[in-house]
Parts: sequence; structure tokens; C-alpha cells
Amino acid sequence: MQTRPPVTDWATDFDHFDPQWTANPYPIWADLRQRCPVATSQRFEDGGYLPTRYDDVREIAYDAEHFSSRRVIVREHKLPLGASTAPPITSDPPEHTAARKVLLPAFAPKEIARLEDKTRAVCRSLLDAMGDRAEVDGAVDYAQHIPVRVIAHMLGVPEEDGDLFRSWIQRVLVDGVRNPQIVPPTVAEMTAYFDQRIDERSAQPGEDLVSFLLAARVDGAPLSREHVLGSLRLILIAGIDTTWSGIGASLWHLATHPQDRARLVAAPGLMQTAIEEFLRAYSPVTMAREVVKERDVGGCPFKPGGQILLSFPAANRDPAVFEAPDEFRIDREVNPHAAFGLGRHRCIGSNLARMEMTIAIQEWLARFPDFTETPGRTTTWSEGTVRGPRRMPITILRRA
Amino acid sequence: MTEARQLRVAIAADRCQGHNRCCLVAPELFEADDEGNARVRGDGSVPAGLEAKAKRAVANCPEHAVRLTGA
Ligand code: HEM
Repeated sequence: MQTRPPVTDWATDFDHFDPQWTANPYPIWADLRQRCPVATSQRFEDGGYLPTRYDDVREIAYDAEHFSSRRVIVREHKLPLGASTAPPITSDPPEHTAARKVLLPAFAPKEIARLEDKTRAVCRSLLDAMGDRAEVDGAVDYAQHIPVRVIAHMLGVPEEDGDLFRSWIQRVLVDGVRNPQIVPPTVAEMTAYFDQRIDERSAQPGEDLVSFLLAARVDGAPLSREHVLGSLRLILIAGIDTTWSGIGASLWHLATHPQDRARLVAAPGLMQTAIEEFLRAYSPVTMAREVVKERDVGGCPFKPGGQILLSFPAANRDPAVFEAPDEFRIDREVNPHAAFGLGRHRCIGSNLARMEMTIAIQEWLARFPDFTETPGRTTTWSEGTVRGPRRMPITILRRA
Repeated sequence: MTEARQLRVAIAADRCQGHNRCCLVAPELFEADDEGNARVRGDGSVPAGLEAKAKRAVANCPEHAVRLTGA
């Protein structure tokens, strides 16, 4: 693979695939926030922008007139418009409103609560499978499987299809950023997979998400097949490595912070603030917008065509909004974090993601109340716009 | 004792995006509708003892959709 020229000045040449960013992006953002606060880069077609302040990220997320969602991944070479539409994430108003509304009921808190037992069973079976090994991988053996299995359950497909799901995600979100020609065939593969599921469920509807979308009506009319396919691809792409990263980062924090680990075990009532703090401090998801009309934000002119790296993770470390943002406070009381976005595109899966994270951590701690990052072995983090541990060697110190 | 003004919470429906934070912080005061957006329980009056939770709900809403009146 081609090596990238190292970044010399983050303010004018940012690159979210730079190894320094992958290893530890937080100091980069803190520095930019003070002196910039919107970084730019010519590495991305038509220019890249990186706002680092919470308020600027909010302004952009709220303003679909100037900042469109039609391209939600910053790329060196843009894909043709329509190459991977996935309503509602790639839609702007007015189309966005209906495309979103149709999905919301399936992800409302009371629907998600019905998946708790299944999620708990998935977590327990993964922990069972670790047997009495003293060393496990928190990402490979645990975190990565949980959302895949829960989504497979929601779609009513076999758990084994999860390997396929993960390979699609790797190709679309990671490999495809450097190597865009692999995206269209991957999307075609996903489409073929869901085409079959749609045929099956049209013949025999069930309690699953595919059947739910087939039964959905907007103004009395069913969704087009294209629309159903797009939404299914989106749910898959949006729901898996994001949540796996959230679970993984939470475990990583606990593996490396013995005091927080002990506090959470001793006081399970802290779980709610802990989860929101994991989401804030280690926000997994960075999105993108495309400038469609010129506008100034944060003192920086955004030029049409430009690609904005919309960093909710950077917003969540802004001292203007969060007291001591680089400190992890397990009982943080005031935490209006933007990990699930801001404005009309608020993550539809947020209740699901939060439920999976909560149960995954509860079950892990119930089995392994004490554990640590294996000394001398390093955790590796994913590259690009979804950040989480991909290899995380953990040594179990005590079993329940 | 002078009569205290009744504290009330309200949700600005045009701002709420369904983050569900108020419902988690103060389930006594808020609930989610069928689409996952928040609404107040009852008429939104805050019973004695829940003032702090009401304030936390306001402070944790990323969309500034939760309002507290009568404070
Ligand atoms: C910790 C896990 C997750 C994080 C941090 C996360 C983050 C986000 C963010 C930041 C957005 C906003 C996108 C934007 O503004 O353009 C978003 C949108 C979305 N997410 Fe998630 N997500 C997670 C898990 C999930 C899950 C589990 C699902 C579904 C199974 C999901 C489905 C979606 C969908 C459908 C949208 C598009 C909403 C719209 O455009 O109206 N996400 N997510």
C-alpha cells in the first residue's frame, strides 16, 4: 500500500489516516481548537475542512442548506453522487424527514428493551467461549461479535452471516477510502444479499427488520425496493463497527484505569454516567458533510465542493462545553455529548448502541471484575472515521 | 412559608431529536413516544425532591430541548 506523506502542519494539511491521529488524536484537536479552530487540507478532493469546536460542529450539523449529507465520508477522490445512497444518512431535507421517520419506531427505547435478553445471552456465550484462558482479546473475542449478532437477530438471519457483514464494513469504511474502486462491487454484494432477504420476507413476513421495512408506509405508499435496500445497507454499515468500537473503547478504558474499574464494580449505579462518559471521551464516530453553498463558520470560509470532516469526537473534548474535557469522570453530571450526532441526523441506533454497551460492560464485569491491558502488548486502534480498538490483549486478574 | 412557584419541565418538540437523555436521567419526569422522541409525563410539574433531576435533564440535552420554568 502506498505510504502517505507525513503531516507537517495539522492546521493546513490534516490527514485523519495519519498514524499519529490513529494512535492519539486528542492532542491534535486540542492544539487546533486553540489556534485555528478550523483546520484545512488539500489532501481531499475540492479541499477538506476540520472544525474542532463544539459550537462549530453544531452549526454545521444544523445547517443542511449549506452543508449537505449527500457525501458522508471524506475521500481523496469523491465517488460519483448516488454511488452509495443510504437514506436517511445521505439525505437532506425534505427527503430526509420521511426516510428517517419510517425507521424511528423500530429503534425506539421500548422496542430496544425487547432485545436486552438476547444481547445478554450473546455476551454470556462469548464469555463462556473464553473458558479459563488468562489472556483474551477484548476486541476480537468479545466486542466485535456483539453488534453483529444482535443485528443478525434483528434482521432474522443466521449469526454466521456476521463474518460477511464485517468484511463488507472493512471494505466500505476502511479499505475503500484509499481504494475507492472496491466500494461499488461491495455495495453490489450487499444489495444482492438483501435482495434475497426481501424476496424471502415478501413471501413470508416475520417479526424482523426486513419485514418491518416492507410493511412500512409513507403517505400510504410502500417504500421502493431501492429505498428498502438502501436502509438495510445503512443499518448494517452504521450499526456494527460503531458499537463494537464503543464497547471496545469502554473496556480499554477500564483495562487501563484500575480506579474506575474498581469504582464501577463496587457501585454499579454509576453505570449510566459511565456509559455516557465512555461515549463522550472515546466517541467512535466522525461523519462528513459536503459544502453546497458558501458560508463562514468559526471565522473560516467554507467553499462549495469542500468536504467537511465532522468530528463529533473533537466537539466532545471542547473545554467550552465540558469541564476538564480530557479527564475521564465516571460520574460526570453535566454531559451533553454529541457522540450520536447533533440535529436532524441523530443516530437512529443510539438506544440500541447504548443498551448493547451497557449490557456488554455489565456482563464482562460480572465475569471478570479485575483485568488489565496485557503488559508489553499493545492495543491497536482502527483507522479513519470510526475509532475503536481492533486488537486489545487483556489479562484476566480475577474471575467472579 | 411563602408560596413557592411551581417548577415545570417542558420539551421543545421542534428541537428534540430523540437522544433520550432526559428519559434516562429523570424517568419520573420524561418518557419516550413511539418514535423515540421525548415528552413530559403528565403536565410536566416537578414534584418536590426531583428538582435536581429536572436540572440535570436540562443540562444533559445536547439539543437544548428541555426547558425548566418557575425556577
Ligand atoms: C456507539 C455506537 C454508535 C455511534 C457512536 C453512532 C453514531 C452516529 C452518528 C454520529 C450519527 C450522525 C450522522 C450524521 O450526523 O451525519 C449516526 C447516524 C445514524 N446511525 Fe449511528 N451510531 C452508533 C450505532 C448505531 C447503531 C447500532 C445503528 C443501527 C443499528 C445506527 C444507525 C444509524 C442510522 C440509521 C443513522 C442515520 C440517521 C439519520 O441520518 O437520520 N447507529 N450514528
